[in-house]
Amino acid sequence: MTTLEQGTDLPRGHDGHWALVWRKFTRHRLGVAGGIVVLLAYLVALIPEFLAPVTLEAYNPSYAYAPPQTLHWGVESENGWQFRPHVLAYEMVVDYNSGRRLFTPDPEGIIDVGLFVHGEPYRLIGLIPTDIHLFGPVEVGQPVFVVGADRLGRDILSRTIYGARISMTIGLVGVALSLVLGILIGGISGLFGGIIDNLIQRLIEFVQSVPSIPLWIGLAAAIPMSVPPLQVYFLITIILSILGWTSLARVVRGRFLAMRNEDFVKAARLDGAGPVRIVFRHMLPSFLSHIIATVSLAIPGMILAETALSYLGIGLRTPIVSWGVLLQEAQNVRTIASAPWLLLPGAAVAISVLALNFLGDGLRDAADPYSD
Amino acid sequence: MTQPPVVAIKDLHVGFRSDKGDVPIVTGVDLDLPAGKIVCLVGESGCGKSVTAKAVLRVLDPAGRITGGQVLLDRADGGSVDIAALPMNSRTLRSIRGGDIAMIHQEPMSFLSPLYTIGNQIVEALLLHRRMGKAEAREAGIDMLHQVGMPEPEIRFDRYTFELSGGQRQRAMIAMALICQPRLLIADEPTTALDVTTQATILALIKRLQAERDMAVLFITHDLGVVREVADEVAVMYLGKIVEQGPVEQVLDAPKHPYTQGLLASMPRLDADFKAPLEAIAGAVPPPSRRPKGCGFHPRCRRALAGLCDMSPPPRIADTGRMVLCHAYGPEAGRFPAAAETRRRLEIVAHAAPKQPAPLLSIRELKKHFPIRKGFFDRIVGHVRAVDGVSFDIMAGETLGLVGESGCGKSTLGQTLVGLHRADAGSVRFAGGNGPVDVLAARGAEAKALRTDIRMVFQDPTGSLNPRLRVRDIIGEVLDIEGRLSRHEISERVETLLDQVGLSRAYADRYPHAFSGGQRQRIAIARALASEPKLVIADEAVSALDVSVQSQIITLLQSLQKNLGLTYLFVSHDLGVVANISDRVAVMYAGRIVEIGETEAIFRRPAHPYTEALLAAIPGRGQRARPAVMDGNVAPQGCPFAPRCPYAIAACRQDRPELQAAPGGQSVACIRAEELHLQTPVAAA
Repeated sequence: MTTLEQGTDLPRGHDGHWALVWRKFTRHRLGVAGGIVVLLAYLVALIPEFLAPVTLEAYNPSYAYAPPQTLHWGVESENGWQFRPHVLAYEMVVDYNSGRRLFTPDPEGIIDVGLFVHGEPYRLIGLIPTDIHLFGPVEVGQPVFVVGADRLGRDILSRTIYGARISMTIGLVGVALSLVLGILIGGISGLFGGIIDNLIQRLIEFVQSVPSIPLWIGLAAAIPMSVPPLQVYFLITIILSILGWTSLARVVRGRFLAMRNEDFVKAARLDGAGPVRIVFRHMLPSFLSHIIATVSLAIPGMILAETALSYLGIGLRTPIVSWGVLLQEAQNVRTIASAPWLLLPGAAVAISVLALNFLGDGLRDAADPYSD
Repeated sequence: MTQPPVVAIKDLHVGFRSDKGDVPIVTGVDLDLPAGKIVCLVGESGCGKSVTAKAVLRVLDPAGRITGGQVLLDRADGGSVDIAALPMNSRTLRSIRGGDIAMIHQEPMSFLSPLYTIGNQIVEALLLHRRMGKAEAREAGIDMLHQVGMPEPEIRFDRYTFELSGGQRQRAMIAMALICQPRLLIADEPTTALDVTTQATILALIKRLQAERDMAVLFITHDLGVVREVADEVAVMYLGKIVEQGPVEQVLDAPKHPYTQGLLASMPRLDADFKAPLEAIAGAVPPPSRRPKGCGFHPRCRRALAGLCDMSPPPRIADTGRMVLCHAYGPEAGRFPAAAETRRRLEIVAHAAPKQPAPLLSIRELKKHFPIRKGFFDRIVGHVRAVDGVSFDIMAGETLGLVGESGCGKSTLGQTLVGLHRADAGSVRFAGGNGPVDVLAARGAEAKALRTDIRMVFQDPTGSLNPRLRVRDIIGEVLDIEGRLSRHEISERVETLLDQVGLSRAYADRYPHAFSGGQRQRIAIARALASEPKLVIADEAVSALDVSVQSQIITLLQSLQKNLGLTYLFVSHDLGVVANISDRVAVMYAGRIVEIGETEAIFRRPAHPYTEALLAAIPGRGQRARPAVMDGNVAPQGCPFAPRCPYAIAACRQDRPELQAAPGGQSVACIRAEELHLQTPVAAA
């Protein structure tokens, strides 16, 4: 009888692949930080009605281009300092020499603000009717502009929060389409090799060599004006994924080719596994984590592409509001000089793109946990 | 007054930073490297020998740090420098690297840059350390290539790395290392990746260069045969400490430390009784974070005394150039029972394979050619004749060893037999349960039955197991696909198999990354046995394992064969292992079988010049009767070995020789077999 080997019990033997990946991911601090911010961003995209002080269309013409109102915590009165969070209303005066509006806070115009106030009614996640807002004026309808107002007197903060819903999700839909196309085409290319691989790779090179922005502009301009905005949304995502699938296809093909020569795939063939079983049971799980990493790095590209198209005016249009559409307001240098708070959506884009990049970095490092 | 050693390593400690804290890898190494001597540092993977070598030149991985000790270099101008104390980017350190101390590696392909010609890289070292014009440097470079034995050095000087063969790349690397006349050459397993015959020439080259230049050489290896071939002194390392050290004949002929004794006993050797069962060292090398208390070797040691060896670190017993780190030779020596001699079974264990009237597998004129495609349209310009007309039989119940160097086609042959490649010509008949089956033409149910009857064990234990599946799923995959057994029955069968290969049943739920190399290979063997095969093809199954683990797996394979009535086709390039495990041996060269017969006959009375060259090239046999074989190409016509054969005559290049009976009882493909008297280093029984 053969000698029973004293196993040098290496720890973590029972951990599956995902446990190892998670453990390696949590060691990448930037990735974890990015992940938290991304989670928060999607939370905002999920419940914007609750988080925004006012609705999307609420406007107040006398507050056009109003600067941000400072939040005061208390009031001095005869009884001393009282805790009473409020903002001060503005008095607006037009300076006819420079053509600018001057806003001065009115110490008498106290607008109380609070948490969990009542506001415009809405349906939370489309289901639960309620009218509680996280933050806003205690008295409905009072002007509260934490980050300022745009040219129609609409609250920038609220609109940016609502914009997250479109901007963060357009990335998802576009990437999902790219994913399906990329895996399918890249998989066929890598699995069969030979002339099919050759043709597909040349096609990919052709698609990649087309300059992307002019192509998008051309395709977006082809959408007729009469198409309802929501359909424009979907058409835009399709357009974005037409160019987006190529890099994923390349990655998938490369992994398939590399894995075809692995001994364990040969062993699976010898065990009698057919091509379908080999692909789904033996090959695909091995590079699923890589695909996840690639996908999380592809989303920011989609967000930026949509923002760019909308900013140029050929993507989404009002009433659909995304960060790109909001940034259209900021196209005028003079406007920016006198109302820089209009750029808040740009900051939102930057933060979410950075967070997604960090998350993708962390995932990519964690995708191969065996290199420890 | 004796000269101080070129490099003196004193009490060196090296640790690696990890998320679990500092893990000590080297714990107190003392080693002197004197000029004019070759010191071999021997050990298995994980013992710290490469880390020691890298620490001398301060080229450790980023996570590694020298945590103690000194590395004293005696410089040419008389001064002494402690390399360990130099700051990382100091000028002195840079001038030492390449100038005073040079290093060569195992894998020249990754060590030499693919972007520059080898001439460029050789001359770069020269230009960095000496003041020289380009033309002068070029001449020096070509001269160096000539000295290391590179054929046509002026032409090869301007070639790129990928245009050279393995041996030539190794020579280029040696030229790069020696161009600045270093006083110490560190060779980190330089011949492990080379063929036996190439290895022999490189070893001879290193010895010659060392003698010419009076260089000190630190030669790191795991192969004790190589140690015997080149070393003046040998130091054996285990778990970061040197456990035995001394002149090479003394240590190898009369080893003191139980680990050295175990290593020597577990190595397949080509002595009189090469069929003797190998002794394995129990257990496995523990990971560095889990060093045992007391003596690092005590859990695996035959002579360990409880209460002593597991409590206190062993004393260093030094005595006129000989050192051993063991309690059994120290002040407590009296408490140990008398040492058993290194046991060598003198009676040859005869493995009598039952002679079947009909062979299990009959191969006739098997051919497998790979097309060479060139040009934009991938036109076929020629063929690589990997398997070029092979015919032999495998008898039921026997182990047939298939031996040859890399590129001879033995792996392709094994893979074609098992079905990974489609053969281009020839026939293979398998004596299956329901009568003979034509393997190459089998379809449907016959092919299915063949897949369960002929199984394969791969070389690389890491790559051959799917890292995403549990052990249970890996072993049971073939049964799952077959669909005959239920889930529960498959589970039971997996547990039985784990018992048979010597693994605990609890391992079934784990993933491959939790296991060592030897354990993974056991899992691979269990997978091969899952479908109750008749024939198992082991494709270099033990080549990637450490020596002590190798002997465990060889013993396992032999006992499985006895218990389950298996037939093995054992493909390997290691002659010692093949001699130990095989009943019959087939020698392969350039896609053809050149000699086939009983192991005794092949090794004691070789009939083919290539077999003689292979046997002569085995390191440590002291056999240098014939000069080592020159580089040559395969001839398209006539005998494929003719360009390299020292006995070739004109007729050899005309007709292709077929296998015919030789005087010793084997079959040989050589027209001069009758008249040649070939030599063998294997002593007569």
